[in-house]
Amino acid sequence: MEPVKDSLTLLGKFKEDNVVVAKLDDLINWSRAGSPWYFQFGLACCAIEMMAAAGPRHDLDRFGAIPRATPRQSDVMIVAGTVTLKMASRVKRLFEQMSDPKYVISMGSCANSGGPYWQHGYHVLKGVDLVVPVDVYVPGCPPRPEALIQGLLELQKKIKTETPLRKSKEDE
Amino acid sequence: MFKITDKSIIGADEMILNMGPQHPSTHGVLRLKIITDGEIVSHIEPIIGYLHRCFEKHCENLSYEQIVPFTDRCDYLASMHMGHAYSIAVEKLLDVQLPERVEYIRVIVAELQRIASHLIAVGAFGLDVGAITPFTWTLRDRERILDLFEQLSGARLLYNYIWPGGVAHDLPSNFIKNTEEFLNYFEPQIVEYNNLLTTNKIFIERAADVGIIPADVGINFGVSGPSLRASGVDYDLRKTEPYSIYDKFDFDVPVGRGEMGSVGDCWDRYWVRVKEMEESIKILRQALKSIPDGDVHEAIPKKIRPNKGEVYSRYESARGDVGFYLRSDGKNIPTRVKMRSPAYCNLSVLNEVSSGWMISDVITILGSLDIVLGEIDR
Amino acid sequence: MNSKFLQDKYKDKIKILDNGSVLINSDNWEEISELIKKNNFDYLMSVTSYDLQIDDMLGLAYNFYSTTSRTYLEVRIEFNKETEIQSVANIWQTANWHEREAFDLMGVLFKNHPDLKRILLPEDWEGHPLRKDYKEPEFYNGMPMPKDKSYWE
Repeated sequence: MEPVKDSLTLLGKFKEDNVVVAKLDDLINWSRAGSPWYFQFGLACCAIEMMAAAGPRHDLDRFGAIPRATPRQSDVMIVAGTVTLKMASRVKRLFEQMSDPKYVISMGSCANSGGPYWQHGYHVLKGVDLVVPVDVYVPGCPPRPEALIQGLLELQKKIKTETPLRKSKEDE
Repeated sequence: MFKITDKSIIGADEMILNMGPQHPSTHGVLRLKIITDGEIVSHIEPIIGYLHRCFEKHCENLSYEQIVPFTDRCDYLASMHMGHAYSIAVEKLLDVQLPERVEYIRVIVAELQRIASHLIAVGAFGLDVGAITPFTWTLRDRERILDLFEQLSGARLLYNYIWPGGVAHDLPSNFIKNTEEFLNYFEPQIVEYNNLLTTNKIFIERAADVGIIPADVGINFGVSGPSLRASGVDYDLRKTEPYSIYDKFDFDVPVGRGEMGSVGDCWDRYWVRVKEMEESIKILRQALKSIPDGDVHEAIPKKIRPNKGEVYSRYESARGDVGFYLRSDGKNIPTRVKMRSPAYCNLSVLNEVSSGWMISDVITILGSLDIVLGEIDR
Repeated sequence: MNSKFLQDKYKDKIKILDNGSVLINSDNWEEISELIKKNNFDYLMSVTSYDLQIDDMLGLAYNFYSTTSRTYLEVRIEFNKETEIQSVANIWQTANWHEREAFDLMGVLFKNHPDLKRILLPEDWEGHPLRKDYKEPEFYNGMPMPKDKSYWE
C-alpha cells in the first residue's frame, strides 16, 4: 500500500513495517480521551437532550462515549438539569464514588449558574460548581445535542493536555 | 403472571430497599422506598421533591407574559400543552375572543406534541421492560417532529410559542406541506411498532394482567388521561367539554377493553397511547385541510391586566388533566398560580396498585404510568 | 356550578361568591364534605392554598367534579393560620398528597391526616415558602444561597 502523508490509520503512514516512538503521556491521554464513558445523571429537561444526543441522529457512540448507570464504571459525569438543594448532597456523594481520573461536564444553564430560576428559586442550587469541581460548561437552555458534542470534544482536548506521568513542580 | 397472596411461603424478614434518586429506569429523580418481603413488594413510598424548582413562587413575582417560559419547563416532554393550558386560563380571566387561524394553529401544534410525547412514553416503556430497539426507532421519528417545531418556533424542546391571546409567530410558508409529508411517512411506522412490540409474546407476558387499576380506585385517587381511559372510563376532555375548536373535528376516544389480559393493566395503558397517536393523525389531517387565513397577532393584549377574580381551567395534555387555578388582584402580576399536574395524582396510585408484585413489575407499572418529574415537583 | 344542595341545607352558614363557589366556615367542613360525597362528586381535582395577606388569614380552595352528572363545584374555606382543618384524605384519596403539599408550602395544619409531613422540601427545612412574608435563608447545610448576581460578578 502506498503511504499517505495525512492518513488516519497508523499503518497507512509508512511504506513498510516500522518502529514508532511516542511519549507515554500522549499514549495514556489518547486512550483516556478516546473512550469517555459517561455517567448518565439526567435530572430535568437537559436530560432529554442528552438522550437525544445518544440517539440515532446525533450519535455520541462514534466518539466512544456510552452511557453507564453506575459511577464506578464511568469517567465523565454529565450533570444535566437543575440541581436542587435536596439533590445536592447526592451529587457530591456520587461524584466521590467515581474512581480517578474523573471529569465533570456541567450541561445547561441551570447546572452552570442556576439558570432561569436564579432569582426567586429558594430551593435551587445556583450552579453545580458549588459542590463539585467542573471541567467544561455547556451553555444553553437546553443546549442542542450538537452543543453537548462540542462540549465533549473540548473535554477531549483538555484531557490531551494533561501530564499524568510527569513530576510537576509542586511535588518537588 | 401470578400474584403471590400468601406471603408466609417466603418466610423472610422485611427488607427496606432504596431505589435512589439516581437510577436509570426511574423517569427522572424519583426515590422509591420499597419495603419488600424477599422479592415481593409489600409497601412503596415514593419520595419526591428532588426537582422542586419553585415554579409557584416565581409566578407570584413575574407578569403574566413572563410566566409562559416557566410553564414550558414544568412538563418538558409536552411543553406546548403546558403553554396552551396556561393561555386558556388567562384568556378566561381576560375574556378575549381569538381569531380562527390562531385556534387552528394551536390545535395542530398540540396534536403534533401529543404524538411526540406518546412516542417517548412508548419507547421508554419498551426500554424499561427490556426492549431497546423500539426506543431508537421512536427517537428517530420524534426527531422529525422536532424538525417541524424548529421551523416554527426556533427551538427543539422548550418553545415559548403559545402566548395568552395568540401565538408567537405565524406558520412558515411550507409548514403545511412538510407536516403532510411527515404524516404520510409516519402512518406506516405505527404498523411497524405494532409488529415489533404490541403483539410480541414476551411483551405481553411482561405487561398483561400486571398492575391493574380498577376504575373506582382510579377516580378516587385522581388518575386522569390515558391511564384512566385504560381502566374503561370513557372520559376525554376534548370530547366531553370541548375547549378551543375540538368540537369541529371527528375523532374517537380509545378506551381499554382488556384485550390481552384484564381491563386496566399495563398493556392496556400502552395500547391506549398507541391508538391515541392514530387519532391525533386523524385530527391533524382534518385541521391541515381547513385552516383559514388571518392575522395571528391581533388579539394579543398589550398589557395583561385582568380584573379581580379567580378561575380554574382544565386541559387535556398528553399525561392527563392539567388544571390551572389563577387568582388575580387587578394588577399585572398574579397573586396565586397553582398548577395541578396529572402525573402528581397518577404517581400517588403506585402504592395501591403494586403491593404483591415483584420488584421488576414495579418498574413496568411505573413505566406504564408515564410520569415526568418536572411536572410533579414543579 | 351546582351548589343547590348545599344552599338548601346550610342557608345562612355559607356564602355564594361571584363565580359560583361556596365559602364555608371551617367548623362545618366535616359534615359538608360527607354531604358532597353523597351527592356524587367523586372526583376531587385539586386543593389550592392561598395567602390572603390580611389579618394572618389563609385560604383553601377545593375543586370537585362529578363524573356521573358532569358538573363542577368549588368550596372555599378562609381561616386563621393557627386553625386546624379536618382532612378529607379518607374520603378522596387525592387529598392525601395535595394536603401534604398545602402543609409543606403554606403551613396549613390538618387534623386526622394519615401522614402529615413535608413532601416537596427536605425534612429539615424551616419556614413555609409560599407565604407572602417568607424570607430566604442565607445558608442551607453549608451551601450558600446568593440572592443576586453580585456573588459571581
